[in-house]
Amino acid sequence: MAPETPMAPETPMTSPRPTTSPSPFEYAPAPESRGVVDLAPSYGLFIDGEFTESSDATRGGGTGGGTGGGLRKTVNPATEEVLAEYTQAGDEDVDRAVRAARKAFSTWSALPGAERAKYLFRIARIIQERSRELAVLETLDNGKPIRETRDTDLPLVAAHFFYYAGWADKLAHAGHGPNPRPLGVAGQVIPWNFPLLMLAWKIAPALATGNTVVLKPAETTPLSALFFADICRQAGLPRGVVNIVTGDGATGAALVAHPGVDKVAFTGSTGVGKAIARQVAGTDKKVTLELGGKGANIVFDDAPVDQAVEGIVNGIFFNQGQVCCAGSRLLVQESVHDEVLDSLKRRLATLRVGDPLDKNTDLGAINSAEQLARITALAETGEAEGAERWSPDCALPSAGYWFAPTLFTNVTQAHTVARDEIFGPVLSVLTFRTPDEAVAKANNTPYGLSAGIWTEKGSRILAVAGKLRAGVVWANTFNKFDPTSPFGGYKESGYGREGGRHGLEAYLDV
Amino acid sequence: MPTITSALADVTASDSALRRFLHGLPGVDAVGLEARAASLGTRSIKTTAKAYAIDLAISMIDLTTLEGADTPGKVRALAAKALRPDPTDRTAPATAAVCVYPDMVETAAAALAGSGVKVASVATAFPAGRAALGVKLADTRDAVAAGADEIDMVIDRGAFLSGRYLKVYEEIRAVKEAAGAARLKVIFETGELSTYDNIRRASWLGMLAGADFIKTSTGKVGVNATPANTLLMLQAVRDFRERTGVQVGVKPAGGIRSSKDAVKFLVLVNETVGADWLDNHWFRFGASSLLNDLLMQRQKLSTGRYSGPDYVTVD
Repeated sequence: MAPETPMAPETPMTSPRPTTSPSPFEYAPAPESRGVVDLAPSYGLFIDGEFTESSDATRGGGTGGGTGGGLRKTVNPATEEVLAEYTQAGDEDVDRAVRAARKAFSTWSALPGAERAKYLFRIARIIQERSRELAVLETLDNGKPIRETRDTDLPLVAAHFFYYAGWADKLAHAGHGPNPRPLGVAGQVIPWNFPLLMLAWKIAPALATGNTVVLKPAETTPLSALFFADICRQAGLPRGVVNIVTGDGATGAALVAHPGVDKVAFTGSTGVGKAIARQVAGTDKKVTLELGGKGANIVFDDAPVDQAVEGIVNGIFFNQGQVCCAGSRLLVQESVHDEVLDSLKRRLATLRVGDPLDKNTDLGAINSAEQLARITALAETGEAEGAERWSPDCALPSAGYWFAPTLFTNVTQAHTVARDEIFGPVLSVLTFRTPDEAVAKANNTPYGLSAGIWTEKGSRILAVAGKLRAGVVWANTFNKFDPTSPFGGYKESGYGREGGRHGLEAYLDV
Repeated sequence: MPTITSALADVTASDSALRRFLHGLPGVDAVGLEARAASLGTRSIKTTAKAYAIDLAISMIDLTTLEGADTPGKVRALAAKALRPDPTDRTAPATAAVCVYPDMVETAAAALAGSGVKVASVATAFPAGRAALGVKLADTRDAVAAGADEIDMVIDRGAFLSGRYLKVYEEIRAVKEAAGAARLKVIFETGELSTYDNIRRASWLGMLAGADFIKTSTGKVGVNATPANTLLMLQAVRDFRERTGVQVGVKPAGGIRSSKDAVKFLVLVNETVGADWLDNHWFRFGASSLLNDLLMQRQKLSTGRYSGPDYVTVD
């Protein structure tokens, strides 16, 4: 039967694509209340179970100049409003913290695993109970949307403590012999992109294995770590097991260099990671580094297109692209390039950029003026080198640090935006013709942290995943995290694994 | 304007061409589809947006009674409810349609005459569809002759599941022809098609055959409308309009009982196909108990307190 011309639609039709009419369905503001967070005007250091002032005052006393004792300000990156002041820890403060951790180590490591587990379970439960407060706090200090802190960060933070609590009395079954020993004092330096989640990744396995820790949160996001200190007190954790020293890079360097530290764990930029590796060379400190990335998200022509587009969006715009494992390079098969790009652009036009505390916001603020400047400069380089820049129409707030979701097309392997980690909401789109070419291009980077594969063909997933030099390869999904799964990089993305059974090894003397 | 004939001329030329086309559509990743639907389900719709959404949802309801025990009295009561859902508040909009079995169309049409509220009728041996084509066509013609503005047909799921796509296609075309000027809603019974790939194929099949609406389910099986299958069908109508220029409506039916659920479906519409479908000409809810919950929420918004089920009419 031959098809007939269908009946004309009964109402006037708009042009087939894209849908441009403004929606009458405007979402009213739905801000999460910030009243659930009780912020003090200023915070001290958490050392030996107590909040204390800096003992470095003699050497500093300035206002955040990099020596100890001064007070620094942390701002809400969405508004530039000062949230609170916190203390710049100096060498002496770091030394006090390390000594407190050393003192606590002998009793903490001697506790039966089941006893340590009780504390970790208690911490996990308190995090769940206070998750709304912590989610709002994290959004205020970091600028990321409440939807993400509420639905991703906080559930994962609690999950990490629950997971490693479960290991504490089963270390004999972790594959490291009948009685694996902890290392001692762990000095941990974490980044600003997932402040509380990175804290959980560091502290939960360290404590489960019997180590004590001194942790330094990032200088732009110290608050959730300080609230975590309060949770440690609430959980009755013995003094000195967890110590939090705040400050800038100088504090981190002092911690890494301290001779009383047995283990250094760092998540952050590749530049700082290399400096740390040089600093600890020749000492007997164990090191794990989780550094930068330039993840390839590979879309084959038989991919489930609608879901691939969601995965691309999640890969690069989750947390404003400030994710070390972001899928910042889209490798799309030439035969479906136009179709995928059209769908992607249509989808980007629906992203809601704005107030991070609004429950309907998809994209929040960039964490700092410094990071915004870096993203802006790299995007300008992309344009200068001839890549084609595109962003959807979206109004950005006037105060705060904002960057519109951005695509670069006509990008080749030679472009800076295809090689350098941008750490922002900027996606570089490249094409390939065959699976071999996709693998070659995906691996052609000094990094090797993450990759994604989109295809309906299971055998291709397995074949390609086996050839990708990346610590995590996602198939038909992206940026999925789970405490049971190890995470870490190849090449300049670092070494050591966090998460899962593998994550125990970094904190055991094996 | 491009037409289906020009844009997709060959795909229905034979059973094998149709199969090649339908099986060549991009696959659906179930985990990803459900995750997207769930993520849109977290949108927080408050105050003015909620008021807009509730009234829009009311205006999109095909108020339905499909029981063996239906009587003219029951149908008249339902029609009265459709016309004025909240007798205490004249600002509450009417529903889009009343949906009944063919033998009740006459009663419904008489009760709704001149109101703008449409009469929809299930036909084609609803809900199983297990009857000869002649019976289905007669069922359709009867309903239209009795005054139905819209026909809700069921596809032959047996033929679809055994891969006889052209048979399903030709049957839809025949019913479309029998329905004449009535708008045709094509029910896939997604719960029986079982996979998302099948739902995407059925959506294209229905639209190629001239469906004015594609509809999830009859409400008579275990799994009816879900956010995920409705999202998938919205993606299909969006893609179909891009290919052909022809806009097709979507009707999730069955299992949508609360205002909260209805608002989630409207968010799916808003963020998948946009404003062009935010109108009861292009989106409907097949539901019966949903209306009273929407009315209670509406009263809550205007008065600031919950009134309770005795303050809305039970029909």
